[in-house]
Amino acid sequence: MSGESKAVRKLIEKFTGVSLRVEESNGATMVTVGKEKARDVLLFLRNDADCNFDMLTDQFGVDHSSEKPRFELIYLLNSLGNKERLTVKVRLAEGESFPTVCDIWKAAEWFEREIFDMFGIRFDNHPDLRRILLDDDFEGHPLRKDFPTEGYGFDQPFTVHLEGENE
Amino acid sequence: MADTRYMTINMGPQHPATHGVLRMVLELDGEIIKKSIPYIGYLHRGVEKLAEARTYHQALTLSDRLDYTNGLSNNLAYCLACERLIGLEIPKRGQYLRVILCELQRIAAHLLWIATHALDIGAMTVLFYAFRERETILTIVENVTGARLTPSFIRIGGLAADVPPEFGTMVREFVDDFPKRIDEYETLLTENVIWRRRTQNVSPLSAEDAINYGVTGPVLRASGVNYDVRKAYPYSSYDEFDFIIPLGTKGDVYDRYLVRLQEMRQSLRIVKQGIEKLPDGPVNAHALDIIPPAKEDIQHDMAALIRHFKIMEEGFRPPVGEAYGAVESPKGELGFYVISDGSNKPFRMRIRPPSFLNLGAIPKMIEGQMVADVVAAIGSVDIVLGEIDR
Repeated sequence: MSGESKAVRKLIEKFTGVSLRVEESNGATMVTVGKEKARDVLLFLRNDADCNFDMLTDQFGVDHSSEKPRFELIYLLNSLGNKERLTVKVRLAEGESFPTVCDIWKAAEWFEREIFDMFGIRFDNHPDLRRILLDDDFEGHPLRKDFPTEGYGFDQPFTVHLEGENE
Repeated sequence: MADTRYMTINMGPQHPATHGVLRMVLELDGEIIKKSIPYIGYLHRGVEKLAEARTYHQALTLSDRLDYTNGLSNNLAYCLACERLIGLEIPKRGQYLRVILCELQRIAAHLLWIATHALDIGAMTVLFYAFRERETILTIVENVTGARLTPSFIRIGGLAADVPPEFGTMVREFVDDFPKRIDEYETLLTENVIWRRRTQNVSPLSAEDAINYGVTGPVLRASGVNYDVRKAYPYSSYDEFDFIIPLGTKGDVYDRYLVRLQEMRQSLRIVKQGIEKLPDGPVNAHALDIIPPAKEDIQHDMAALIRHFKIMEEGFRPPVGEAYGAVESPKGELGFYVISDGSNKPFRMRIRPPSFLNLGAIPKMIEGQMVADVVAAIGSVDIVLGEIDR
């Protein structure tokens, strides 16, 4: 693959002066963008007539526990009309929140709940940010690298409390 | 909730028509659904986390257990991502066999869907018809892979083995017989007045909503959107096969039924072409450090035995990088995003499950519909909780 697609060229034109890094890897085009402008970039990619990335194929988190900033959000965009995919990446430090993209793609609502569930990353203005796969009273965020694969408390004895029993 | 006019009822998680352990909380105005909230996660096993503690070859077995009606497509999606990561090209015979097996599996998955969906709505006969043919396919799959549901047969770099000699005959027999069987299902349902009343104009989804919710697969195509990963981003030589993508117009339950029936016929065409054009040659790529040696070699050759141990114990180390591999599974676009940090285990394996997004659109579909239609809507979307909850 040589040369950038029309969508990427337009993106670079529109966001001059914004730190955008475009790279090609294993047949995919990836755009890394700073946290401040990321939502604007995503909104532009969705609404611009030439880009027209109308489907959010996937959105997920990655924990680079040894690096700073720690977390990475990856958006896989798909343009059904242009038959084109684009990967957008944003880095977030621990404790930082990120604006939701629910209003841009409805699909993001559950993706963001899952990222919150698995990594503890919060999304601003999300309509219903709850855990989705795990119990509401689950402690910890399992896909963080410091969470053990076996989970916590698996080797603790299991006690049964009968109703009416003191203690 | 404060308005006493509305009643809240709980459907599931142990409800026969939710196809697994799905819980829906419905807010009703009489019989009309005002609002619905799905609760998922009852089958969560932490597959994405488990993969981080396994070598690339070992993590393959986790993929079978996502959409358990459709193990081979899951294997393929994972293998495509890993092969893209290490830059492996599979020989044509391997690619064609992958296509044949996945299309057979698609027919089996659609048969399971039509059987249970019709049963939910009250047409019991279809179940017995569909399971008869599904059994034939599972026998072929068992003959080739040794397993009926969790084959783990498509491996990184090719296949676990070449197909047995009787494979061609078995598939040809099935291909000749099956069109008549689809006609039988059609006589049971397509013009059936009760079936039509239960499915037509029930839980429709517009094309814009479907795209916005990230819906893929037959549900998206029933709404009239022409998107199929096999055509849009061809993989495994799908561009060398001649088939069409069936589309619906209204996006209701009946259209989803018609689209899937047509898809079975198209899958059959692909299988037929694959068997006719099947090239000779090896099924595996030539990569001694990635693909374990064949079983026969291990028994005679000392070096092969050592290599087998080494690959199984330590695995291989792909270069640092990331790759996305997607297939059109019977449910929709199934994708694996694999990130490598240069070690022998995936740094991150993300699964993009089609049912997860398709289920997300159900509250939109059933808004303003009747309670009894919830069952029809869930059935028509064809969800599998194994891949939703991962």
